[in-house]
Amino acid sequence: MKKKLLSLVLAMAMTASLLAGCGAGTGETTGTDGAEVAEEAAEETEAAEETAEEAEAAEETAEEAEAPAAEGGVLKIGGIGPTTGGAAVYGTAVMNAAQIAVDEINAAGGVNGMTLELKFEDDECDAEKSVNAYNTLKDWNMQVLMGTVTSGCCIAVAESAMADNMFLLTPSGSAVECVQYDNAFRVCFSDPNQGIASAQYIGANALATKVAVIYDSSDIYSSGIYEKFAAEAANQPFEIVAAEAFTADNKTDFTVQLQKAKDAGADLVFLPIYYTEASLILAQANQMGLDTKFFGCDGLDGILAVENFDTALAEGVMLLTPFAADATDDKTVKFVEAYKAAYSDTPNQFAADAYDAIYTIKAACEKAGVTADMSTSDICDALKGAMTQITVDGLTGDGITWSADGEPTKAPKAVVISDGAYKAM
Amino acid sequence: MSFISYLVTGISLGSVYAIIALGYTMVYGIAKMLNFAHGDVIMVGSYVVFVAVSNMGVNPYVAILISMAVCTILGMTIEKVAYKPLRGTSPLAVLITAIGVSYLLQNLALLIFGADTKAFTSVVTLPNLVLFEGQLTISGVTIVTVVACIIIMVCLTLFVNKTKPGRAMIAVSEDKGAAELMGINVNGTIALTFAIGSALAAIAGVLLCSAYPALTPYTGSMPGIKAFVAAVFGGIGSIPGAMIGGIILGVIENLSKAYISSQMADAIVFAVLIVVLLVKPTGILGKNIQEKV
Repeated sequence: MKKKLLSLVLAMAMTASLLAGCGAGTGETTGTDGAEVAEEAAEETEAAEETAEEAEAAEETAEEAEAPAAEGGVLKIGGIGPTTGGAAVYGTAVMNAAQIAVDEINAAGGVNGMTLELKFEDDECDAEKSVNAYNTLKDWNMQVLMGTVTSGCCIAVAESAMADNMFLLTPSGSAVECVQYDNAFRVCFSDPNQGIASAQYIGANALATKVAVIYDSSDIYSSGIYEKFAAEAANQPFEIVAAEAFTADNKTDFTVQLQKAKDAGADLVFLPIYYTEASLILAQANQMGLDTKFFGCDGLDGILAVENFDTALAEGVMLLTPFAADATDDKTVKFVEAYKAAYSDTPNQFAADAYDAIYTIKAACEKAGVTADMSTSDICDALKGAMTQITVDGLTGDGITWSADGEPTKAPKAVVISDGAYKAM
Repeated sequence: MSFISYLVTGISLGSVYAIIALGYTMVYGIAKMLNFAHGDVIMVGSYVVFVAVSNMGVNPYVAILISMAVCTILGMTIEKVAYKPLRGTSPLAVLITAIGVSYLLQNLALLIFGADTKAFTSVVTLPNLVLFEGQLTISGVTIVTVVACIIIMVCLTLFVNKTKPGRAMIAVSEDKGAAELMGINVNGTIALTFAIGSALAAIAGVLLCSAYPALTPYTGSMPGIKAFVAAVFGGIGSIPGAMIGGIILGVIENLSKAYISSQMADAIVFAVLIVVLLVKPTGILGKNIQEKV
């Protein structure tokens, strides 16, 4: 009897903890909820417009009246990226900024008379889940894909998108293979270009003479940048004194890699990696008393958003990124204000990439005269041709142009972390 | 000088493995089961400290005590709900349940805290030790970890050999049936083992996250597996074996990173394990108990 009573109590305790978990979960995601509410509200307005439209077009056939839209219809843009998980900072920024761009364009009258509709699916930075998200969006009748956010996922999704002849524009998938098919384009620099640009930046600004590199050999983004950085370093006035790798299963202890950098007398450590590992490296470097400069690529963007992270550790860290939230040009100021107002957070480079991606889709649609009743494959063929002819003045650069292989052309920029914020260099 | 540095960080890493391995080895020795959820109890312990210190402003040392209490209750609950009803059935059933509990804990943490990385504030305030005019820096966390490991080791050995509940543990591990006939409360002893193992997991979690301050729901899984390897390495069921196994594992891992290849470290560690098991199947300090007919 006593035992039964005890197990009952324990079972209740477990259930209670489950419920408590749910409560806390909802509390934490209020930010996202807010965004969803806004989205829903936007959808409702749309629905209201639809109803009005339907009433007006009473004489039209039932089939046409059911078509979901205003005058030119609705162009359905799908988005995929990690809104939870280790890379959640990227996905959330892309989702939020893309929504801002979509709302702006719709408020200004849409594209070719079409309104844009954005649906964003989470992939937790997992290639398999990303393909699932892609299929979910296809079921929703997505016509254009803005994604995915991370390289590994993007390569997986690009295969499906190629098979479907779906137009793909990734804001931040930087691996070479992301845009290997002719239906795929990107807004950010490719990994090789980041590696080359980083080496040139370090060389041109005489930031160091001895450079150590710590990279993730099990990650295509990281190893891709490293290879091109190492190749370009040969032409630059500095030498690579240590190149240390780590793998996905062994990415908490970096003391050995840092010790080697220290022993080699490096005055700058190049970190072509993501911010979670970088935050550990900075903490361990501090513990070891290693006092060098740190230079990273766009993967470091987001390091200041790690919960409870001591931003003093990141003081002076430089990163190659095409966007600094404190820049004073009109476009950036306007975007940062809109982003802060909607999500009470400062946008990062991924947000800027996504904002530019939506405006790029707009520009290409206008150039190609895309309409909502075209098939996905026809839209893709039309946009493919238009992409090489457009020039976009975006947040991440003025006069961005694309070549047929999907790569953008724009000038590289770098920022430095100072007083807990990104500052343009 | 850098060799000493690699060695010291290896010993520190190994000490964390050793504390985790103690939990594995004690439970295996007494309940003859592999508690694969042990690594995730570590993660829970770390989250408790994180929430207490960062969100509620509790004193870090009080937070460690709270975390130990929570983990003790959690460990005993898991034992009571998930393992005890299966005692006496096929060992495979318990093993599968343990893996299930491991995923349950990971996913609960995912639900409650989200998958975002949390930066753990180190509870160790000891300053770095700088030796040989700055050529060798040993961090405070490293020193505390090694010292904590040695203290835990000594206390646990004394407890098992000198106290009545401890001797009951040895009796249960040697022969459950005979121990029961001698009037030892077998269920109580097993529950006590889980309680101690889980409290140690809380300490291991704090030390792990103080040294590597990135906390995610998966923080415990890889160290958990490595510690399991350490326990097998040292001879599963043996307390000093877990300590030796853990430290050797940490040192091999760090030195192979430093002198062979930073990518191959894990492969080398597991290759050494295979070699050791081929030569000495019961592990370094494992007893080869012959079945009497």
